[in-house]
Amino acid sequence: MKPAPFAYHRPRTLDEAVALLGSEPDAKVMAGGQSLVPLLTMRLAAPATIVDISAVEGLDTLTADDGGVRIGAMVRHADVLASPDVRRVQPLVTAALSHVAHPTIRNRGTTVGSIVHADAAAEMPVVLAVLGGTVEVVGGAGRRTIAAADLFVGPLESSLAPDEVATSAWFPALADDAGVGFAELARRHGDYAMVGVAAHVDASSARVGYLSVNDVPTVVDVTGVDAADAGEAALAHLEPGGDVHASAAYRAQLVRVLTARVLREAHEDRQGRGAA
Amino acid sequence: MTVSAQTGETGEAVHDVRLRVNGVVHDLRVPARRLLSDALRHDLGLTGTHVGCEHGVCGACTVLVDGRSARACLMFAVAAVEVDITTVEGLTRPDGSLGPVQQAFSECHGLQCGFCTPGFLTTITAGLEENPDPTHEEARDMIGGNLCRCTGYQNIVAAVECAAVLRRGGSRGPGPGGPHASITEAGGPS
Amino acid sequence: MTIKLMGQGVQRVEDQRLLRGQGAYTDDIDVGPGLLHAAVVRSPHAHARIVDIDLDAVLDVEGVHAVLTYDDLTGPMAEPLPLLIPHPALTHGRTQYALAKDEVNYVGEAVAFVVATDRYVAEDAVGKVKVTYDVLPAVVGIEAARAAEHLVHDDVPGNLGARLEQQTGGDAPAVVAAAPHRLSLDLDIERSACMPLEGRGTVARWEPALDRLQLWTSTQSSTGVRAAVAVKLGLDLGQVDVITPDVGGGFGVKINHPWPEELLVPYAARALGRPVKFVEDRREHFISSAHERGQVQHVEVGFDDDGRLLGLDVELWHDHGAYTPYGLIVPIITSTQLLGPYKPGAYRVVFHSLYTNTVIVTPYRGAGRPQGCYAMERTMDAIAQHLGKDRAEVRRVNLIQPDEFPYEHGLVFQDGRPLTYDSGDYPAMLDKIKALVDWDTFGERQRQAAAEGRRIGLGLACYVEGTGVGPYEGAHVHVETTGKVKVATGLTSQGQGHQTVFAQLVADELGCRFSDVEVVTGDTRRMPYAVGTFASRAAVMSGSAVHLAARRAKEKALRIAADALEASEDDLQIVDGVVSVKGAPEVSLDLGTISVLSNPLRYAFDEASKRATQFQVGDPGKPPVAEDDEPGLEGRDFYSPERATFASGMHAVIVETDPETAEIRILQYAVVHDCGTLINPMIVEGQIHGGVAQGVGGALYERMAYDSSGQLLNASFMDFLMPYVSEVPDGIDVDHLETPSPLNPLGIKGAGEAGVIPSAAVFAAAIEDAEGLREDGLAITAMPISPSELFELRLAHQNP
Repeated sequence: MKPAPFAYHRPRTLDEAVALLGSEPDAKVMAGGQSLVPLLTMRLAAPATIVDISAVEGLDTLTADDGGVRIGAMVRHADVLASPDVRRVQPLVTAALSHVAHPTIRNRGTTVGSIVHADAAAEMPVVLAVLGGTVEVVGGAGRRTIAAADLFVGPLESSLAPDEVATSAWFPALADDAGVGFAELARRHGDYAMVGVAAHVDASSARVGYLSVNDVPTVVDVTGVDAADAGEAALAHLEPGGDVHASAAYRAQLVRVLTARVLREAHEDRQGRGAA
Repeated sequence: MTVSAQTGETGEAVHDVRLRVNGVVHDLRVPARRLLSDALRHDLGLTGTHVGCEHGVCGACTVLVDGRSARACLMFAVAAVEVDITTVEGLTRPDGSLGPVQQAFSECHGLQCGFCTPGFLTTITAGLEENPDPTHEEARDMIGGNLCRCTGYQNIVAAVECAAVLRRGGSRGPGPGGPHASITEAGGPS
Repeated sequence: MTIKLMGQGVQRVEDQRLLRGQGAYTDDIDVGPGLLHAAVVRSPHAHARIVDIDLDAVLDVEGVHAVLTYDDLTGPMAEPLPLLIPHPALTHGRTQYALAKDEVNYVGEAVAFVVATDRYVAEDAVGKVKVTYDVLPAVVGIEAARAAEHLVHDDVPGNLGARLEQQTGGDAPAVVAAAPHRLSLDLDIERSACMPLEGRGTVARWEPALDRLQLWTSTQSSTGVRAAVAVKLGLDLGQVDVITPDVGGGFGVKINHPWPEELLVPYAARALGRPVKFVEDRREHFISSAHERGQVQHVEVGFDDDGRLLGLDVELWHDHGAYTPYGLIVPIITSTQLLGPYKPGAYRVVFHSLYTNTVIVTPYRGAGRPQGCYAMERTMDAIAQHLGKDRAEVRRVNLIQPDEFPYEHGLVFQDGRPLTYDSGDYPAMLDKIKALVDWDTFGERQRQAAAEGRRIGLGLACYVEGTGVGPYEGAHVHVETTGKVKVATGLTSQGQGHQTVFAQLVADELGCRFSDVEVVTGDTRRMPYAVGTFASRAAVMSGSAVHLAARRAKEKALRIAADALEASEDDLQIVDGVVSVKGAPEVSLDLGTISVLSNPLRYAFDEASKRATQFQVGDPGKPPVAEDDEPGLEGRDFYSPERATFASGMHAVIVETDPETAEIRILQYAVVHDCGTLINPMIVEGQIHGGVAQGVGGALYERMAYDSSGQLLNASFMDFLMPYVSEVPDGIDVDHLETPSPLNPLGIKGAGEAGVIPSAAVFAAAIEDAEGLREDGLAITAMPISPSELFELRLAHQNP
């Protein structure tokens, strides 16, 4: 299990990185490498070039203010998870991050990298989707902002162009009258979940995001549905499949159970914040 | 850090890399794809770092990067520059005696075949640095990302708790076998 | 006075190296410059004919030194690999070739062997070897094997490698038919694997100047590999050294040998004149090492009103994979050890050992016992349920009683010897396990939990484990002139603490200091006669041999000392390495000096040897070495028992199942264990902990998920779910019973496999008890069980 050969670049500036992505054929961005390297060692991926952005200046900024949380492309999961400001501004980010793999992986893995890796079994893409966050990208054609709804286009496929690099992700702050909840069930602690559920509720809406259910992170609007029935309602928009860890029927059951639990948690969270 | 790529023995581009490992600077020339785990083991001869899965799950290859635990099999040597790397060999005290986590493993019988052990030792070293006085639950969580096939983890958890005491300058538990005093009572010769 | 070390939780000496990162595992061995690395082209198909192997694209790759295919193999290397343990019932035994000849029979079978500058380049080259296959239908799973619509091997009808029937105590089918109560059970248990964290690995160096091969390999049998390599490479045994360095776990998989790579590495090293290394990666370990456990079982049982067994008629279908290098050991153990601590009445067992197009099956810790225990303990639970009786009481009425030992079952065990239990106290053990889990009050606890909407359940499972099987092990104890004691035994170590426990035994018997003893295992240069580390046999076999060899050294030391001190041997004692006259401690000699005296020298090269020259020692009127004596202070002995020892144990577990998500949580795990006299309770306890964790894996998490085409779908640590700490119980309650074995001088029985044997049985029982799925017979008849499967089971029982 050794990677195939590749050309390696370690640019210092974003311009350099973008130029490399534009000029080198079949180039792939590497940030923390925690998802990419296993794919390389198993030779499930064999890009001709790797552009390591870990030395690029300006990508390691984490800010959390009244508007939301902005996470730079080289900010490690562990630093986001440890940030009291992030927890205060958008607790769903913190709640979900505690389920991302194990601490050692979180020490190297980046939140933005995990998002643009676009794995439907990962936590952070769903959180971005359910909160309506965005990703900032820079490419040959300049800078643009991609809404979460437009980001995840297929299994392990994002809408970034080959010459684009994600520079940050933005999660809106939790409004005063809103609440969030997160739960997932994995076979072992720290594994990819069999089903994971993230919820955001406020006075007028209830949105639930699902990981490991459809082949892309999926958000279902369950506004007006009782927590107990919301999972069943959501299943109309979901296609839970079976694999070696969970049958389709069991996944559907987890959707029902976890949706109810997480919606209740979100409502309690909202009430705990003083919302009526 | 890397400089211009050259061509190695097999026609593959190689990079000159400077690694700082256990406080020692090493200059080596490696292809970009050389995993940090292989560079440590086979280029630097630091074979204490073990490779159990090469896909980041087992934790046997865990080293410290600037004091934080990291999987050496999920890093390329060429990218492991400008950081301080600590391997299991770096956990031993300068006088050659065992460091507190190593000592705790010895006293608590926290290892059997010893293959996964270096990854636990590094992980716990970083974990206790961050949380010097873990609760029992936190001690279990601290090793939650490392696989051991021999010990059933019972004595590794005990070793985490013992190491926390040793780090604070305490001494180990009662009698020979340390935490196993109770075991010899239950299972001693009849 | 020296404290006896037997029974002490002595800290392990091997840890000092291992904790510093100074362990020397196979991949760590520095064999000098010029090392080449191997990688293997493996079959991507479960069953196919090889039409063509095209090497054109690979031979010109820079850094590639050699590519071997079957056509390059000659002589014995071109013959199939050995069938290690032949058996008359194995009428259709088949083994693979070191490199596939014209057919592949599992995904992962070795097809070509690439040697290159490093493993990276070798893997590049593997990708460039073009093999054309004619894909054949794959036989996957026991059902397909039995149906035999397709054959794994054309010349093996019905995919049947072996059928073996044994019976004892009467005509079981007739007794069952006539019994007042009868039940039948159909049971299923899936494959898992040993999965040591270090995979297989082999390094070889050919020494042209010495005409000699040195081989380091991660094995459980150095002497076995040595013999196999010598035969296959056409070398004399004396030309081959096999050294087993530190081994990163075995659990059984490394007892099979020789693996193709164990032959191909030295073959290439000799051909190329450079050292060659193969280190298996994790994916290879999944698809090209070995698995175990997969069986389908049918039980017919007849019993009386108390639940006492009258007749037991068992049929087993055992999936042995694509080849049978390790013979019938696993199903023989299942069919004999199934009986556990019970008297079966009339017993008949038939097993069918079947070919499938999957990875080979060789012993995994427990080696067929977990399956046997599962069959018997599910049967006990079914009887209790049928009669509405307490599950422990049904077991109790069937137990062999303490005054019935040695207990003769009338069957033939895995070692070809009669199945005769040596000692034990099963009723006392049952009392102990019941006490550990408050068995008698559990019903109340369960009702209280139910009132809170919680489901908790208790399971119990009992086993007897044949340990310490022969044929023999040996040991050599050498006291050097420094007083240091060098000990060698031939079997290998994979983490059991042999360097510590054998040193304990030597220190006790010889009377030397523990810290002066150094133990070497698995090095054929030091002990060329040995069998291997498997079947929980190391403590019994090598422990006894070490003890006997130390005694011989001690006897010689006393004889020489008696002569030198002009005292009677009976008046001498050895304490902390010093021989002294009892009651007159000033009259003494240390063991180092006695070693000097034991070896008359011509040449002096230091102070000690100066004192040993022939002008200094011995009687000038006699030969320097007496006719019936040898120079040196050494002891060498072998231990060969007439039959196996039988350890035993009982496990109980309390689980909680989530009414909504069907998650299974362990609330308490308790073990009572009897391995005879304990050498080092700390190490025994550690073995139990590890076994229990592996058992949790096997019962709740691990399986080999093959699809119908024979692809292994979960061949990674991401999807093959070995427990982390979060999946094992927080604390394991262990109690010991010690009924010494009468078969060896120390009274010891083996302990290595015990912890894993009852897992499938005990978890099935506990989960079932928690779920209350009992209306139509036993609900849990297939293990392992996941939350998903438990949920499906609830649906099937309309009990969601």
